[in-house]
Amino acid sequence: MKCDILIIGGGVVGTAIARELSRYNLEIVLLEKEDDVAMGSSKANSGIVHAGYNSPADTLKARLNVKANPQFDKLCADLDVPFKRIGSLVIAFNEDELKQLKWEKENGEKLGIKGLKILSRDELLEKEPNLNPKAKYGLYAPSAGIVSSYELTIALADNAVINGGKVMLETEVRDIIEEKGRIQGVKTNTGDFYASYVINAAGLFADEIANYSNDTKIEYSLRKGEYHLYDKNWGNFVTHILFPTPSKVSKGILITPTVHGNLMIGPNAEETKDKKDLSTSKVALNEVFESAKKLVPDLKRLDIINSFSGIRAKEKSNDFIIAASKGLEGLINVAGIQSPGLSAAPAIAEMLLDILHEYNHELKRDIDLSFKKNFKETLTPKKRLYRTDYYNWQEIIAENPDFAEIVCRCEKVSKGEIIHAINRPVPATSIDAVKRRTRTGTGRCQGGFCQPRVLEILAKELNISPLKVSKKGKGSCLLFARTKEMLLSKMAGEKL
Amino acid sequence: MKNYQLVIIGGGPAGLAAALKAKENGLKKILVLERDRYLGGILQQCIHNGFGLEYFKEELTGPEYASRFIEKIKTQDIEYKTETMVIGISNNENWSLDNKKTNKSNIENKDFKNIIAINREDGLLNIKANAVILAMGCRERTREAIRIPGTRPAGVFSAGTAQRYINIEGYMPGKDVIVLGSGDIGMIMARRMTLEGAEVKAVLEIMPYSSGLMRNKVQCLDDFDIPLKLSHTITEIKGKDRVESVIISEVDENLNPIDGADEDIECDTILFSVGLIPENELSRDLGVKIDKITNGPVVDEYRMTSIKGVFACGNVLHVHDLVDYVSTEAEIAVNAAEKYINKELKERENPIDLIPEKNVQYIVPQYIKYHDLNRKFVNLFFRVEKPLNNVNILILDQDNNLINSYKKDIVHPSEMLKIVLTKKDFKKVLDKIRISVIKEGSESFVSN
Repeated sequence: MKCDILIIGGGVVGTAIARELSRYNLEIVLLEKEDDVAMGSSKANSGIVHAGYNSPADTLKARLNVKANPQFDKLCADLDVPFKRIGSLVIAFNEDELKQLKWEKENGEKLGIKGLKILSRDELLEKEPNLNPKAKYGLYAPSAGIVSSYELTIALADNAVINGGKVMLETEVRDIIEEKGRIQGVKTNTGDFYASYVINAAGLFADEIANYSNDTKIEYSLRKGEYHLYDKNWGNFVTHILFPTPSKVSKGILITPTVHGNLMIGPNAEETKDKKDLSTSKVALNEVFESAKKLVPDLKRLDIINSFSGIRAKEKSNDFIIAASKGLEGLINVAGIQSPGLSAAPAIAEMLLDILHEYNHELKRDIDLSFKKNFKETLTPKKRLYRTDYYNWQEIIAENPDFAEIVCRCEKVSKGEIIHAINRPVPATSIDAVKRRTRTGTGRCQGGFCQPRVLEILAKELNISPLKVSKKGKGSCLLFARTKEMLLSKMAGEKL
Repeated sequence: MKNYQLVIIGGGPAGLAAALKAKENGLKKILVLERDRYLGGILQQCIHNGFGLEYFKEELTGPEYASRFIEKIKTQDIEYKTETMVIGISNNENWSLDNKKTNKSNIENKDFKNIIAINREDGLLNIKANAVILAMGCRERTREAIRIPGTRPAGVFSAGTAQRYINIEGYMPGKDVIVLGSGDIGMIMARRMTLEGAEVKAVLEIMPYSSGLMRNKVQCLDDFDIPLKLSHTITEIKGKDRVESVIISEVDENLNPIDGADEDIECDTILFSVGLIPENELSRDLGVKIDKITNGPVVDEYRMTSIKGVFACGNVLHVHDLVDYVSTEAEIAVNAAEKYINKELKERENPIDLIPEKNVQYIVPQYIKYHDLNRKFVNLFFRVEKPLNNVNILILDQDNNLINSYKKDIVHPSEMLKIVLTKKDFKKVLDKIRISVIKEGSESFVSN
């Protein structure tokens, strides 16, 4: 396959770039090795749109974060993604920590962040009655918000596809195709892809792609962070994003409401070598709980409905690397996108476009960087029962009776919503992909009741056997055989 | 808007028995709302036998037990709606589809409950009822709720979900299986999967004793040579796409894994049978008071909840060991609902609190509230905290006077115990009845 722009990686960065570039008369193909977009750091993070005061003002990540933050209201409204600007509080327990808050405030103001304010204990407790009463000061940032990072990623990809982009799932880059110091394309498990430019947005794996070139050496250190998600009973326990005063290593273990009305705590930061190891451990999960309790002592272990982990990649420069490869013409690297990568993603995409303009001028490759006439900026709002008052359900049901069949009882998700998810521009083809789009199985029963129904709907809509329906793509099928088949083959001395 | 005398939420064993009894008692307008595609609830996937020994005095399978009720419901023309999900119940008469501004408030209406439900045929439904019976059953505790760490691959199921896949959908969800939890469903599924040709490597139980019924341990595990590893749990799940193995470990008396007592076992499937939780989301939204131990509504001897006209029975009230008791409990609730509708309930001056004491987890009902001259006895159901042999069950009044006592050879948390309070027993009781289960010969309970 030949195209203008090949994007490697379907995380929030890759899809934001795809969507941004789909404004232009370009043929865009995005390659993602998993069965869905948002399968790496973009699905397992804190879901925070940071105000942007944390990173030193002279860093790229600070600049892009601050630039992107105000864009989220429109972006999320356009793409029908849940986003709430609820504000954040960094909590200090002593005078030493206050110093750090003052630095953050000053740093933030240098970057032009508005509304930063140091609050007294009383002001803090008024905002957050469940906060540890030993808290002394807090840095309030009204512009911080919460977003569903995987829904944003999916929506960006959907929008790119609607505007002519292609998203190739379960397509893993195995090698690059190079000729005379130029990248011509990539080899994948599903064939070769050729392009004028290749954008490396491979997230945790971006170092491996970048380092095909001898000149650019990207060095990652990996940190795993584990999270706990609470039942919706806890959704109002805090109303802002609460951070402890940060250490040198991380922003610390935060506690935040989610856009779906749950409460989330995490992440810790453990060094890891294994990019694929998303396991949780008892020790880490205890650490998360105990640390969160320092901020809100009344937190209980009860009512945790899920625990998960995500990995973030820190580049040795401790900043984002967004630049054309020095050693390999035509390759643009977007690497080391750790926090605040989600917050910065829209600005990363804009920056990429600038780089492309400049680079193309220099290289004069044959791509058309003029605006598309019929670019469609918005996605049609999805009909969702859970965010519609019940008395307005009648209209939704009248239009499509599939919406009157509730499949997920905990989160009130209907068959109509599931069918819609399976037929979106980037289709959901597995149980987890449906879950990320509709919330089936995210409630307190964790899919105990609805999973067989979702599986049945997937099999029917995809026109495949239920035996082929997977949890999350290749190798993760849920069912092995029809009943009696296993017994019969066992009796015949075969093993299935 | 439709009006009913009695609306029953849930068409499982509790709801079915309630509907039939209501009809038998002569209630005219009865409606059963069921969210699944069929009546019968979880019984329909329980294809093993052992149901009905108490209630029908014969041994039936789950679907057979359910069909005894369902057939009568159909022939007696009792109205029911399947694939119908109740969205909310309110005791505010203004709460309806037409009155969009009114929230569910606490303005109590004496005569009606408002129910909103949804299904394909009717769309959104607004139903008024004189009385409501909550019979929503329970759900399974999950792997996530007990925080078993590791990866999150395919192949981790709750035992009930696996049961549905096999017995309703007709598919096998595993080949090499580990079961965590020796609850009844866990043991029954260990047998079921073995019969289907899978290999069940072990059933693990964190407690030093099996948490299901003895007959299930014998018939499901021992008879099939499936090892039951007591004082064992899973400490880690491994595998990226599909489960590849589990680390299991022996635990000490505080249920903490013992260092070095672990083992990596290859398997592709893990079934969790680690407890059942009454499904009281609707009840909580309505404002029904919930017992922290049972996770079900606090009820009086007629199974009326803290909200007048709202009754609860079956596993939504407390998790039962035998379905037979569920049917009986539903009938108690219906008889009371009928009295409530006809305004025949007479409250005592003081309610009698039923207080679980030594080695008693909980008692249902939580209190006795009514004065009923025709009543000969009140049944109390309870569970012990830990297994004991040769015990005395002591029933004491508010002043620690012994009202009655029973001997029992063996008590076990998996088994629901029943005692009968007779008219005579009530004589000295003013406002409290306490129950203790203690080892024979240790009767140091008398305080004076």
